[in-house]
Amino acid sequence: MSSHSLSRIKSSVLRQRDPAWTREFEAILKAYEQAGGRPDVLQTPRVASAVISGNQVLAVNQVEGVNIEAEELEHGIRARITVAPGTKVDYPVHLCFGMIAAEGLQEIISEFEIGEGAEVGFLAHCTFPNAVDLKHVMDAHIHVGPGATMRYSEGHYHGPHGGIEVLPTTHAQVDEGGRLESEFSLAHGRAGRLEIQFEVDVAARGVVELVAKAYGSAEDEIKVNEVVRLNGEGARGLTKTRVAVRDQATSEVYTTAEGNAPGAVGHMDCTEIVRGEAMARNVPVVVVRNDRARVTHEAAIGSVSKKELETLMARGLGEEEAVDIIIRGMLG
Amino acid sequence: MENNVLLRVEDVWVQRPGAEVLRGVNLTVRRGEVHALLGLNGSGKTSLALTLMGCSGYEPGRGRVFFDGRDITDLPVTERARLGLTLAWQEPARFEGLPVADYLALGMKRPSRERIEEALKAVALSPLAYLGRTVNSALSGGERKRIELAAVYAMQPRLAILDEPDSGIDVLGIEDIMALIRRMADEGTSVLLITHRDEMAEAADTASLMCGGTIINTGTPAEVREYFARRCRPHENLLGSQPWGEEAGGTYQRVVAEGMRDE
Repeated sequence: MSSHSLSRIKSSVLRQRDPAWTREFEAILKAYEQAGGRPDVLQTPRVASAVISGNQVLAVNQVEGVNIEAEELEHGIRARITVAPGTKVDYPVHLCFGMIAAEGLQEIISEFEIGEGAEVGFLAHCTFPNAVDLKHVMDAHIHVGPGATMRYSEGHYHGPHGGIEVLPTTHAQVDEGGRLESEFSLAHGRAGRLEIQFEVDVAARGVVELVAKAYGSAEDEIKVNEVVRLNGEGARGLTKTRVAVRDQATSEVYTTAEGNAPGAVGHMDCTEIVRGEAMARNVPVVVVRNDRARVTHEAAIGSVSKKELETLMARGLGEEEAVDIIIRGMLG
Repeated sequence: MENNVLLRVEDVWVQRPGAEVLRGVNLTVRRGEVHALLGLNGSGKTSLALTLMGCSGYEPGRGRVFFDGRDITDLPVTERARLGLTLAWQEPARFEGLPVADYLALGMKRPSRERIEEALKAVALSPLAYLGRTVNSALSGGERKRIELAAVYAMQPRLAILDEPDSGIDVLGIEDIMALIRRMADEGTSVLLITHRDEMAEAADTASLMCGGTIINTGTPAEVREYFARRCRPHENLLGSQPWGEEAGGTYQRVVAEGMRDE
């Protein structure tokens, strides 16, 4: 096991090491590119980044105010990312996670500490192009300091086999006036078994927006479990879930929003599209502990809207093609 | 069948749950013609549009629809569209996440950036302002309406059914829509125009008046208007004792026809 930080790894991620490192690095970059990522960005010194394959930290690049520490574990890595108070990070921090192997376990244990008044975005690509029997576990702790903003976008790109389990768990705290926007998307390749757990506590005037999008087919199982606790005065929270399932896939969305303080406003918005023999369930839970708080929810589960479908068919698209465009748009 | 006939509807009847919405419709639209379809709310105009497009739930129980001499009564929506028939819905659908440019390109034979921009300009929308947006609920009803019309224009259909293209459009926008219809006709697209507006109907070559699920009069827009003013009277159940006809300067918004054919 080894530890990496900027002081120990030069900023150029192309720095040659041993041939095995080079092969692994090239393979993960190729998968990253196929997943829509831009490898050239990972070679840009002014963009903070980390490239993780399996349990190897292949490269880390830091910029002023952004510190990335990564430690290799037996089946994954432990990372701590801190953004110094007041830092405005110009370019999103790029994170590349993945495994080229068909089988195995990858555990990512991460900690994000966003200092007071800082502003930072993260763009994470998770690629598992060959997964046949693979488990990807994430355990993240996020702390968004007072008045700070963190935007985190994670896109998953899986292979066609479906033999993958993706189990991300996040515990987050948003301090007074802070803002956390998180988007998770799994719309390429087989979802396999996806189980998202996200809990967040929001202090006064804090804002949280959680977006989860997934597309399941065959026997995929998708489960989203989100809990938003609006604990401070004027705290606001939104959960937005978009899931499409077809064949025998299943989708279960459980969202809880708690309005625990005066002026807290929460909303849960869930849309699930069902095709074939698939099954979808949505269970919103509304908890209000203050008479000046307000929490609402809306859910729509069903087939593709007939009007949307026929509009596209009236342009000459076949039914399946039209359905695909509608679903891809929703998950886009 | 006449050589210049593009669409012929023969004695079409459509039953919907609880109502017979079309009752023996006969209609002819010629090549290159702008044909206005008039009538009060509930007279069957939109039902006829959905029937012609082949939308589910609007299958005729009786009668036939011919397009360019071919019987399309049993063809699905996609097949009709591929023959060159399309519809701009009265209330356009929302498409979450679908970029405007992609939406416009869907029906184009040879999609190109130039053609997409041209279509947006044809409905007086700035490509710069709209190409980066999506066809979702962030757009106003009027904006979605214009984008729907742009998509139909970009498709270059042989027959475009425009269901109240003027509704939800501001007054200044009406001129844009009329210009678009003229442009479509000039470029070889026949238009079946459903409208409530006199000024739009007057721009048509032919007009038909619907009432009670059937077409009761066809002629020039002026003739149909004249017929309407002289031969129609208020439907007592709907409008009670309101004035009607020429004396009241009656328009089809205020009175309904007797529901009888002009024998």
